[in-house]
Amino acid sequence: MSGAWLVVTLVGIATIVIKSIGPLLLGGRDLPPPIASLIGFLAPALLAALVAINTFGAGRSLVLDARVLGVAAGAIAIWRRAPVLLVVVIAAAVTAAARAFA
Amino acid sequence: MAKDAAGQGERDHRTGVRATLPLAVAVVGFGVSFGVLARAAGMGAVAPIVMSSTTFAGSAQFAAASVLNAGGSVATAVVAAVLLNARYAPIGVSVAPSLIGAWWSRFLTAQLVVDESWAIAAEGDGRFNPRVLLGAGITLYVAWVGGTTLGVLFGDVIGDPARLGLDAAFPALFLALLAPQLRSARSKQVALVGAGIGLALTPFAPPGVPIIAASAACLLGWRR
Repeated sequence: MSGAWLVVTLVGIATIVIKSIGPLLLGGRDLPPPIASLIGFLAPALLAALVAINTFGAGRSLVLDARVLGVAAGAIAIWRRAPVLLVVVIAAAVTAAARAFA
Repeated sequence: MAKDAAGQGERDHRTGVRATLPLAVAVVGFGVSFGVLARAAGMGAVAPIVMSSTTFAGSAQFAAASVLNAGGSVATAVVAAVLLNARYAPIGVSVAPSLIGAWWSRFLTAQLVVDESWAIAAEGDGRFNPRVLLGAGITLYVAWVGGTTLGVLFGDVIGDPARLGLDAAFPALFLALLAPQLRSARSKQVALVGAGIGLALTPFAPPGVPIIAASAACLLGWRR
């Protein structure tokens, strides 16, 4: 098996196992209340980290580039209660424009 | 679940598809970039498409292909990708109570859980709508596998999607999905600490680890 196929096979199996653990072992059952209250805060914790890392991260460094302008414009759109579609389009358009003029 | 559906109004499969469509454009764009990068990394034409169909997790696939592209070892590529996907263990636990039905149906639905479908399916009270998850997950799956195929076949003609600012579409989407979850002071604290942990660890830890560590911010929500 070539290196590429080995990577595809191993990463595929690992990912399928990781994604399945919770739903296979705990599916349909309510979590104990203390755990459930923690899991309720998993979304804000992970989403905020994804926003921060996808805005400022570039591999293992933090950078300020055109994405910051795009996400800032998106944040203003969210604050003005724009629909999600418009938020995403504004962020991409502002970032593309900033790159074009840079 | 019937009670949930009634309480939540009209959120169903179509809600998931509709909420995901704008993003699907960006996902196709990233699928194209992955196809192009994977071909350049010497993965051939079929392996990248098989990877998108089975792994279905963008950042991990990019990491694995970049390692191979840079001449890194199979072990390095696998470890990088697995670290990036480790967050799907707690994410899987969070959706588990909302997934009912036979083990194979839970298993298949679990494969459609990615950051975007998970966030769109969140009801904001710690529960997840399985129908929205399915609609969003299938839409993203078609976009990702389709984009990868386009990239593998026509990559040289299409060019670099980063030019279109698509990389800023993802943080903007996550921010739009985060905003309605910030009603309580406690969830604002959790979000700030999560973002802080993610940024603070980025220069020091391999990609994927900062996101996993950020999930520890939910410990601030501990209530007995």
